[in-house]
Amino acid sequence: MAKTEEQGLHKELREVLSSFRREREELIPILQKLQEKLGYLPEETISEIADFLGISESEVFGVASFYTMFRFVPPGEHIVKVCLGTACHVRGGEEILETVKRELDINSGETTKDSKFSLERVACFGCCALAPVMLVGKDLYAGMTTEKVKKILNLYKNR
Amino acid sequence: MNFEDVQKQAIIEWDKLWQNEKPLILVGSATCSRAAGALNILDVLRKELPKYGVNATIIEVGCIGLCYTEPLVDIIKPGRPRICYGKVTPELVKQLIQDYLIDDNPRPDLALGTLGDGRIEGIPKLFDLSVLRTQVRLVLRNCGYIDPENINHYIANGGYSGLVKALKMTQEDVIEEIKKSGLRGRGGAGFPTGLKWELCHKAPGSQKYVICNADEGDPGAFMNRSLLEADPHSVLEGILIGAYAIGASRGYIYCRTEYPLALERLRIAIGHMEKYGLLGDNILDSNFDFRLKLKEGAGAFVCGEETALMASIEGRRGMPRSRPPFPAISGLWGKPTNINNVETWANAAIVLQKGWESLAKYGTETTKGTKTFSLVGKVKRTGLIEVPFGITLREIVYDIGGGILGDKKFKAVQTGGPSGGCLPSSFLDTPIDYESLKAAGSIVGSGGMIVTDEDTCMVDIAHYFLSFTQKESCGKCVLCREGTRQMLYILEDITKDKSKPEDIDLLSELAETVTVGSLCGLGQTAPNPVLTTIRYFRDEYMAHIIEKRCPAKVCKDFISFYILPDKCEGCLICRRACPVEAIKGDKRMIHIIDQSKCIKCGTCYVACPFSAVVKVSAESVKVPEEPIPVRTRKGD
Repeated sequence: MAKTEEQGLHKELREVLSSFRREREELIPILQKLQEKLGYLPEETISEIADFLGISESEVFGVASFYTMFRFVPPGEHIVKVCLGTACHVRGGEEILETVKRELDINSGETTKDSKFSLERVACFGCCALAPVMLVGKDLYAGMTTEKVKKILNLYKNR
Repeated sequence: MNFEDVQKQAIIEWDKLWQNEKPLILVGSATCSRAAGALNILDVLRKELPKYGVNATIIEVGCIGLCYTEPLVDIIKPGRPRICYGKVTPELVKQLIQDYLIDDNPRPDLALGTLGDGRIEGIPKLFDLSVLRTQVRLVLRNCGYIDPENINHYIANGGYSGLVKALKMTQEDVIEEIKKSGLRGRGGAGFPTGLKWELCHKAPGSQKYVICNADEGDPGAFMNRSLLEADPHSVLEGILIGAYAIGASRGYIYCRTEYPLALERLRIAIGHMEKYGLLGDNILDSNFDFRLKLKEGAGAFVCGEETALMASIEGRRGMPRSRPPFPAISGLWGKPTNINNVETWANAAIVLQKGWESLAKYGTETTKGTKTFSLVGKVKRTGLIEVPFGITLREIVYDIGGGILGDKKFKAVQTGGPSGGCLPSSFLDTPIDYESLKAAGSIVGSGGMIVTDEDTCMVDIAHYFLSFTQKESCGKCVLCREGTRQMLYILEDITKDKSKPEDIDLLSELAETVTVGSLCGLGQTAPNPVLTTIRYFRDEYMAHIIEKRCPAKVCKDFISFYILPDKCEGCLICRRACPVEAIKGDKRMIHIIDQSKCIKCGTCYVACPFSAVVKVSAESVKVPEEPIPVRTRKGD
């Protein structure tokens, strides 16, 4: 990482840390706030967070890697999340995921080469009565069909 | 702050709102309502009403539970009953403004029903409809009625009167009231709540904690989300009452990160409570000090388990620990901690607001009160329901749920999420309570109720649940981590034509071992979906293993799609829709699917306007080798 980039990163991290107390209880909220700001958790930040809380880097990384919400690589511009909860599964959710994979030519957990889209599968958004469900960024789409996938992804391709 | 004055003012405001001089419009805007287009409806209302010269008050409310007919808009004209309209579109909004608000035609053709007093000709009462008639709305009483971001609406409807009452009682008397109500934990375990509070209350130590488990990890369950979005204070009041009774000065709400609207509404609600002195020191001039913090989950199903949840709050990996010691004695940071589910806390508030009899009068001998369920899957009327314990599955699926989508054949109800089981039609007349579902091999669980039909493969369902729990296993226990993995491999083999009959016995043996050898509920109950499907749907397993057939035509290795020559019109629709160009045949030529290229996605099956595509299992269909003109079929 270029030096100016790294300095910028540490500045953002210090801004985030300034609103937290130096207590272990704050670790997950710190990681959440940082990811909200940067979109992911850069490896370079682990050490400073560990110092801040007085714990080891492996402890920080151990916690961060346990929870599925945390990403260690930058996501695409639009994060596509397909729900694979039970109701969505029973109403064809797997086929929606397969269609998205084909349209974007990536697997879940991956990002397209142009960094436009990332794909994740989620256990449940709690929108079960309107299954199957898909999220693009903060926009929730219910009653999904394989035909709707292409139309919806196109809305974001052109943004 | 004088709470009595706050109450009086809240009631005045509330009454003024409903003795409306101008129309009042309520729009459901919970997460699922928004997914159905509610925000668009709100936009249209705000733009169009001034254009039509109508001055109305618009309030966003939570979910009343009729998810199958979202978006919902309720209109209350001055002097008229409240009318609920379902499946509202922007076009229908404009029609309702013109037809009802201006021309006084309530459009019975669009109305679902009326609420409250008064009738309108041609429109039934909403609560007379089969979907609502047998429901008992205690926990959900305010959902769809109040603005969840306005604490005064909650207060005007009896909100926090339970807390006021509790603070005038001794801690022991509050606990006794909960015991008398018969309230049992609504998170799934069904442990008597009064006893749980008492254990923590009696535990030695001055620092105690209460926790609200709002992780709601069971896929297919959204009861807690709906309640927190529609009526967060009903839960918060319960937490305060419990904290007082137990002697806790600090509380945490652990809400999953996948529920951003619920988290936002909780933040707003907590802010309002602080403003009114309902949190902090000396609450309502009592000696009770209490502070509440909101913690966001980070995407781990295992953190719905109480000890893993506490580890997560402490900033550690969400791995459970053995008990004893139980959280009531040694929980968060080793201090006595009482952890309850969202719905349990909400019920506690009801008990103190309305008395222990308000719960005890419903239910069965062993299980009192009501339960919210998310009724989803292959039913016509999916949604959030609240029913008294003792109601049967048949009443839920057929009366409330309206029966199976497309009038297909019922197969099973899955209750209890990944910890539960699949119950076939022989259990439709089982009254629901903790004991009866346990005897059947399932559990009440948190309230997820997924209905499946003849097109659902029960082997696939078992595979689905096991792959979920396998992914979510924290890895601590060898038998959970490795045992579920091996069970999953066997199930995969069964769905992929790689299995032998002995695999079923091996599955059952592994299942029992995993149950016994796991530290926490995740591992202990992960085999349940497999065990119940083997118990009640063994024939489906044997069809996969011996006949290489999937009766429900789901498992891709066992199905094939064919285009029927005598139905195909050669219209090219399926060919264009096919994502892998597996269909050949020009216009007016019978199309043929190349079986070697077909990925069994079913797109052609859905796309064909002539129902010419069939899905078969262990069958073959006679089709031409190469495309031939449509005219050369028999009968032409």
